[in-house]
Amino acid sequence: MHVITAENISKKYIIDHQGTRKPTSFRDAVSDTFDQFFTKKDKDAASNRKEEFWALKDVSFSIDQGDRIGIVGHNGAGKSTLLKILSRITDPTTGQVTIDGRVASLLEVGTGFHPELTGRENIFLNGAILGMNKSEIKQSFDAIVDFAGVEKFLDTPVKRYSSGMYVRLGFAIAAHLEPEIMIIDEVLAVGDAEFQKKCLGKMRDVSESGRTLLFVSHNLTAIQALCNKSFYFEKGKLLDQGETSHIVTTYLSRVSQKKLERQWDDVNTAPGNDQIRVKSFKLVPDYLDDLMHIDVRTSMEIQFEFWNMIDDAQLNLSLHLYSYTGECIFNVGTASQSFAKGLISGTLEIPGHFLNDGSYMVSIMVVKDTSSVIYNMEEALTFDVEDYREGVTWYGKWPGYIRPQLNFSLNQAESVVNG
Amino acid sequence: MAYRTTIKAGGSGADYWLDLWRNRQLLWILSKRDISVRYKQTLLGIAWSVVRPLMTMLVMATVFSLVAKLPPDPNIPYPLMILGGLTIWTFFSGAFSQVSNSIVLNSNLVSKVYFPRLLMPLSAVAVGFIDFLISLVLFIGLSFFYNYLPSPNIIFLPFFLVLTFISALGFGLFFSVINVRFRDIAQLIPFIVQVGMYACPIAYSTRLVRDSLPQYYKYYIMNPAVGIIDGFKWCLLGDNSYFDPNSLYSTLIVSIIALFLSVMYFRKQENTFVDYI
Repeated sequence: MHVITAENISKKYIIDHQGTRKPTSFRDAVSDTFDQFFTKKDKDAASNRKEEFWALKDVSFSIDQGDRIGIVGHNGAGKSTLLKILSRITDPTTGQVTIDGRVASLLEVGTGFHPELTGRENIFLNGAILGMNKSEIKQSFDAIVDFAGVEKFLDTPVKRYSSGMYVRLGFAIAAHLEPEIMIIDEVLAVGDAEFQKKCLGKMRDVSESGRTLLFVSHNLTAIQALCNKSFYFEKGKLLDQGETSHIVTTYLSRVSQKKLERQWDDVNTAPGNDQIRVKSFKLVPDYLDDLMHIDVRTSMEIQFEFWNMIDDAQLNLSLHLYSYTGECIFNVGTASQSFAKGLISGTLEIPGHFLNDGSYMVSIMVVKDTSSVIYNMEEALTFDVEDYREGVTWYGKWPGYIRPQLNFSLNQAESVVNG
Repeated sequence: MAYRTTIKAGGSGADYWLDLWRNRQLLWILSKRDISVRYKQTLLGIAWSVVRPLMTMLVMATVFSLVAKLPPDPNIPYPLMILGGLTIWTFFSGAFSQVSNSIVLNSNLVSKVYFPRLLMPLSAVAVGFIDFLISLVLFIGLSFFYNYLPSPNIIFLPFFLVLTFISALGFGLFFSVINVRFRDIAQLIPFIVQVGMYACPIAYSTRLVRDSLPQYYKYYIMNPAVGIIDGFKWCLLGDNSYFDPNSLYSTLIVSIIALFLSVMYFRKQENTFVDYI
């Protein structure tokens, strides 16, 4: 029996490009406002600034009772939008979903917790927000407190909780919901190993009792451990669905097919300006064994070529690596060298066991006479690094932007023999 | 199955009010949250709700009665007249401003969990109501002090309370929706409340408006708050307190229409809140 049926759901957002250039000072803000005020009549300019973006496009599927569905895809693939539609937080632009049964969605741990209220008060508040009634909360109150391990702090305002306690309490409440359908977004990203084990166990119980589960995670290991079926989203489309093992394989192979190479053959149309034109930009991974995807262990090379059109130029190059969210992970620069007109090539090696899993962007900056930037190419390349772990039972998102392999060891310095 | 939900563009349909009813416990809990959080980490705590109307009353009584020498309604102590008006104004302005800010203040809920959004403005009324009750107790205390006997008109009090609720919600809902997109509203509300305090018959009697500006009197009583405030004072202070029943026409018409339209507007917009908040 189908408990969820989605027919051709799409979701459109309007992106306002006006907001992309943020004024950096009050004076800019004032002059921007004046500019906009006087150019308002130019309707074309105004509509150019707005762009349609389909976060989901014509997605249809049905889910049976008791299914545990894993949802995979990269950032921006539409996973979160789908969960928001299924949880009724936002409407689809077109299409329709029919859901049979009570839905509880956990898009965030501890939604609606009020920092000033005590743990006890927040259990009732959060429980009610998640759709439990008072008697249900009272019934599971002890179990919740026990699961979260916060007995001693029940009458302390949650603003005094450690982040771990906060998360545990939040999850504990959600875990004691008894909905027919449960929607969970990446909550395993937090908490310690032991707590995660508890959570996964609880989620397995949920599904074994015949309830339906939808679970979004970047962590393929957790999805494989928990879900029997999976959906694979890319660019707002449901690309594939089926057995989890099959979907995970497809997902990983699709990743490697992603274009890691960009090339321009015509000097006149290549990106750049009258001083610099970019010819090519490549990411060449050194795949391990027969794997065809980049994971944490994979070493890779960034190779690029560009035409220099200045005579006797003193040039150096700066390369930035950014995380998906825009933080700069590192910036490397070459020494300044003199070049004649013509093609210049360069290589940067990134070792394996260095980047953490995630999406990355590369940008380059060509600098003349060590001081003036003559060309800046943003998002020259984007690529993803997949997670890989060995010998750990921890499923959460590995924290940090990099995951270097450093010499780190423990020794038994002294042992006490029980006499 | 008991629960069947259809999600499509344009939002939920007929089961909306049923959904609201099913979530009535949440309404209660959200109200309780707002009340109990209000004076956390303050020294005076709930005493603030006593100090505020009391000080306002004292300042107004000094300025309007002692300095400006305005006459009160016959046989009514000036401070008592002010506190009567202030009490209902506390309810109206508190509920109105809390309702207007309710969606924005709960934005963390709007973007993470579903429940009928109307619960947020409804629960926001609670804080204003508590302030009202405290102010009412204060009023009763002050009437003992002046040996002023309660009037039988008091049986009409619930009527005026409901009317205040309707108008505060009616106007507040409009602003709560607009506030999601334009935070200018958050700046405008305190201003409206401040101006309203002098535009409405709180520190003075409507009788003075009628006597000194007779040509503008009919416009003055078009202000829907005038009917509520004068009516409320009439319930507490008796027939000596000036109350023109004609002023109720505009109150009834304006607030009921406002509530009706704003609930429609709210329902139409509530599913887009998350995209703009």
